[in-house]
Amino acid sequence: MALQALTGTRVRDRRLALGLRQADLAQTVGISASYLNLIEHNRRRIAPELLTRLALGLGVEATALEEGAGGALVEALRAAAADFQGQGAEVERVEDFAGRFPGWAGLLGALHQRGRGLSRAVEALNDRLGHDPLLSAALHELLSVVSSVRSTAAILAETPDIEPDWRERFLRNLNTDSARLALQAEGLVAFLDGSEMQDAGAVVAPQEEVEAWLAARGWRLGAVETPDGLALLQDEVAGLASPSARTLAGAFVARAAQDAAVMPEAALLAALAQVGPDPARLAQQFGCGLMQVFRRLPLMPIPEGGQEIGLVLCDASGTMTQQKPVAGFALPRFGAACPLWPLFTALSRPMTPVEATVETPTNRRFRVLAYAEARYPEGFSGPELREAAMLILPLPAGPQSGAVIKLGSTCRICPRVACAARREPSILTAEGAGV
Amino acid sequence: MGGRVLLIEDETSIAEAIRFLLGRDGWEVVVHGQGTGAMERLAEVRADLVILDVMLPGRSGFEILADIRAGEATATIPVIMLTAKGQGADRAAAEKAGVSLFMTKPFANAEIRAAVRDLLVG
Repeated sequence: MALQALTGTRVRDRRLALGLRQADLAQTVGISASYLNLIEHNRRRIAPELLTRLALGLGVEATALEEGAGGALVEALRAAAADFQGQGAEVERVEDFAGRFPGWAGLLGALHQRGRGLSRAVEALNDRLGHDPLLSAALHELLSVVSSVRSTAAILAETPDIEPDWRERFLRNLNTDSARLALQAEGLVAFLDGSEMQDAGAVVAPQEEVEAWLAARGWRLGAVETPDGLALLQDEVAGLASPSARTLAGAFVARAAQDAAVMPEAALLAALAQVGPDPARLAQQFGCGLMQVFRRLPLMPIPEGGQEIGLVLCDASGTMTQQKPVAGFALPRFGAACPLWPLFTALSRPMTPVEATVETPTNRRFRVLAYAEARYPEGFSGPELREAAMLILPLPAGPQSGAVIKLGSTCRICPRVACAARREPSILTAEGAGV
Repeated sequence: MGGRVLLIEDETSIAEAIRFLLGRDGWEVVVHGQGTGAMERLAEVRADLVILDVMLPGRSGFEILADIRAGEATATIPVIMLTAKGQGADRAAAEKAGVSLFMTKPFANAEIRAAVRDLLVG
């Protein structure tokens, strides 16, 4: 059936779907019922002006009835059928399908187009991982140094009668190589963690888009304290690429403005100088909730001699809803985080402060403070919504007293092979790499 | 045992470890730390075996291997290629170029000692 012929069929289908009699529609559009009958059976061409009146009478866009729009749709459906030839799509009836169910057909076409786009993005990322010269060079360097460390350590361990000058030389080599190894591992983790993947122009999640915007502002939102500044921020939010990112960023700014109203920047900086980054004391001083302090602290300017504060927020499922990174503490961009993070301890014990010293696989130490609370936005009988927050404060190098939790970023890229909390093999080990 | 090994490796730590290991087994090890000038050094030291890294400053291990196999005096010298690039394509390229043994980093000390012994003593 030719496309031209379908317009009449669509008119008829639409009329019947609305429960209109032929005579009623004909009267509405100012033609005789017999002429409409000829049109509906595709025996008369429809003048553009009449098509517009028919569309109006049927409550649809004229493009939904005319062949032009249907043609593009039919092409999209044919492309979908061609990509899935084994699925038995009735290609010979594609025009009929598009004409009768334009909404569903449009949805199918759009899904197919989106699927193609995602496939291309996956191929691009896969290609990049497989052929990225930086990744290849980094892995080569890493393996060379590992090889040296392994060989040298084995010599020292297995040669009891080693000459003193050789021993001294090998110890020096081990020291140098282990430092190189730490640096290279850190760089590799940062790469795999996605900071560079984002530049690939591939698929970027709304949360990543918001965090990129905040990172570009240096995570400083002092502007929320004035109406003009707030308007400026809202303009920036409106300029974000995806609607989801705009929604997330809008909510972030609104919450930051509420927090700032309780803890203005100048007053909070003065309090910080007095009591330090202790969320409980600050909450008491400002008469606000602990979670507000957790959210507010990482947005403060860094005082002279101070350090950047990182923040991770998660919901009851453990899904990270916000990340403010801090140097040396890798945050996973994809997948679940290390289960040893005190963030999750806090999540399971709402209203209980959790404090710990933690050490990353690259031997960087941090003091972390975590806290979780429950909300009941739909009232007493509504669901409980938990949110946990973790502040990450860098510690100076050197010995620390007390227990230290040795954690990682995420199992997939964590080198701690013997970790009791491991969920899956690491790609940095032979097992994980499929060797 | 006795014999001379030319080790072409730019990683000083690895070169020192291999020199120590093979030295203890009675082999004389001469280290050359770059791709450039490797063939001249080989002619100079008259090595019985070459251990060759792939990624070297100046010239790649593959180029050097090709020169060794093309040289009248060097064509039959056993060559161990030692590299972190252990992908199938590199291994295939090395085998096509006439490598005697292809070893990937990280390697066990016993592996390289056994490889040298097998190739020089049989």
